[in-house]
Amino acid sequence: MSAQPDSVAEVSAGLRGVGYLPGQSTALVAYLATKLGKPVLVEGPAGVGKTELAKALSRYLGRRLVRLQCYEGLDEAKALYEWNYRKQLLRIQTESDDAGWSEVQDDIFSDDFLLPRPLMTAIATEEPVVLLIDEIDKTDQEFEAMLLELLSDFQISIPELGVIEARTQPVVLLTSNNTRELTEALKRRCLYLWLDYPSLEHELSIVKLHTPELSDTVARKLVELVQMVRDLDLKKPPSIAESIDWARAMLLLGADDIDANLFNATMSIIVKHRTDLDIVAERVGVQLGGLAGATGSARTG
Amino acid sequence: MGTSELLDSFSALGEVSWSERLEVKEALAATLAKSSEDRRVFDLVFERFFFRAPEHEALAREISEQDAELDAGGAQIDLAQLRERIAQAIREGDDAALRDLARLAIAAFGRQGEGSGVIGVDVQRIRRALELRSGDGRTREPQDVARGEALELPREALRLFEAHLRRELERDAIERAKRLPPSRPLNELDRALPSGPLQDLAAVHRVVAQLKRRLATQGHSARGRRRHQQVDVRRTMRASLQTGGVPVVLKWRPRRPRRPEIYVLCDVSTSVTSASVFFLSVLHALHDNFRRMRSFVFIERISEVTEIFERERSFKAVSEAIGRDAGVADVSGYTDYGRVWTEFMASVEDDLHPRSTVIVLGDARTNGRDPRADVFAQVAEKAGRTFWLNPEPRLYWNYGDSVIAAYERHCRAFECWTTGQLEEFVKALTRTGPGD
Repeated sequence: MSAQPDSVAEVSAGLRGVGYLPGQSTALVAYLATKLGKPVLVEGPAGVGKTELAKALSRYLGRRLVRLQCYEGLDEAKALYEWNYRKQLLRIQTESDDAGWSEVQDDIFSDDFLLPRPLMTAIATEEPVVLLIDEIDKTDQEFEAMLLELLSDFQISIPELGVIEARTQPVVLLTSNNTRELTEALKRRCLYLWLDYPSLEHELSIVKLHTPELSDTVARKLVELVQMVRDLDLKKPPSIAESIDWARAMLLLGADDIDANLFNATMSIIVKHRTDLDIVAERVGVQLGGLAGATGSARTG
Repeated sequence: MGTSELLDSFSALGEVSWSERLEVKEALAATLAKSSEDRRVFDLVFERFFFRAPEHEALAREISEQDAELDAGGAQIDLAQLRERIAQAIREGDDAALRDLARLAIAAFGRQGEGSGVIGVDVQRIRRALELRSGDGRTREPQDVARGEALELPREALRLFEAHLRRELERDAIERAKRLPPSRPLNELDRALPSGPLQDLAAVHRVVAQLKRRLATQGHSARGRRRHQQVDVRRTMRASLQTGGVPVVLKWRPRRPRRPEIYVLCDVSTSVTSASVFFLSVLHALHDNFRRMRSFVFIERISEVTEIFERERSFKAVSEAIGRDAGVADVSGYTDYGRVWTEFMASVEDDLHPRSTVIVLGDARTNGRDPRADVFAQVAEKAGRTFWLNPEPRLYWNYGDSVIAAYERHCRAFECWTTGQLEEFVKALTRTGPGD
């Protein structure tokens, strides 16, 4: 099944249908990406659902998701293609007695000996896919430059074989945590989407979508607390995924209200640095009521 | 912004409906503004342009929005009723209705004859007159509102309503004066200075993480291939296919670059009070990222604070510990660079070698004392690279008792008082050759 959206509202509804609540701009950019066939660069703090957006898009569009996780030192042999040299060697050895050199030469640099890596897979498949290039900012600039050909023309040049053009056009999403400025050349080829932490109401509906059993009052209080924690100056502010985790934990504990005790005991689900824990315990714990002072010593973490 | 981006933005506009303000805005933003910083600037410019352009057009054609019906309505409606309707519009998220209500509110307010002529003041007065308050995110039940209690609105909704008020007031002013107000320079577009170090700590940390990567990978290519290298079997085999499976050309594993050694000297005297908090946070961030690093703070004397940073993880504790233990001031409390270099040289001379990097954070104001640039030259010569980060704008350099010129001959100096400039410094680092 392959969906082909015709309006922004359709994309928005479609993404909702597969369990992802997009903001206005998210839906619009996703729609433009499918219409214009341009890659989308998604930036934002960690844990606002950048990767999740790609997964949701692939579910909604009914396309396979091809994912390339970037890391420092990733090179073209792992991202684009590689020659299957073991097979090539075997081929040379079996044929060296009877076949002419030029035949073997032609032979071993053909499709049969090519190992496609994610990027190549993404453009060579029959069915269009969603290609996710995750955390592009972790790679070095050379790798970015290598992507340019793929992103603008959807083709890959292999010196021994020539140019391989895309059979189908993938929807491409690149995510970045903004740890390094990406090159202008890359940005120019992409649509840009900045995902930020959602507003209170938006996050509340996300949490409710994932934990429908949680009571309204607890869910609201939980989201309010998370937003309050985010306003503090933390090393790592809690992500949406973490507030969902927290909501699940509340559900498991059967909580019907979040008081200082419960907050201090479960705080480590959303705050993951020792110094952050101290700050949060101090600021938020006090706001939760007079209990905080008495239970401060019972804190975990 | 290039031509290709303009083309993109037009093809994007072709896909959205033009009557939806938000859609047009987002489509333009997605194709034109390519970083969060750009996005902020874009939002400002977009609001200004799409407010001013139609106003200008309306003036030219002498169209006025003095809608008699609306204004007459404003004269009759009472505040409580208005409040209720605003709450309703906000609950329903109806942007157009909010705009109309903002006009009504202004009309009702204007009738009381309290307009001050200053838009910002008027907005706040109207808000107070309507008893709109930013609440804790819970919109009250309608019956509460009907009882005439102050209306509590979610903060964002209130801000939205205020923006509407502001825009309508501005429009009124334009219509009265029959001309556009002079365009203000877009000075909000400048990056803000780091006023409170704490909220900028995260930004500093980010830049320093970059710095680490740049320092670590730098000089890697220049070092070349030397002894103790490993053959990369996979790549060798791959290359050997060009020669029929005989490994003629050996491929090597890349050498891991050695970790850099960093010495940081940080001025904490009174002349750089405002900047030293920023510097300390830079220092703090550096310590989180580099293991082999020694840091010193100085005023008249020098004091090594490496241990404090290693012991304390939180920024606050570090700055307190430095204030307590460092003991850098002697008598006068004025910086004495000459003495600092001599002491620094004495304590680390044997450890300095061409792989080490020295970073000085200071304003190079000697208070009339001997700068001893010759000793600094020795330091710079012993160390591989020397950088100077000066918290003063370049305009003030070498003015008064600043002697940065004497030191600049031996190192590279950067002005650095915002995280943005720190980023520039990091960028400049990559361009510097290792022997530079």
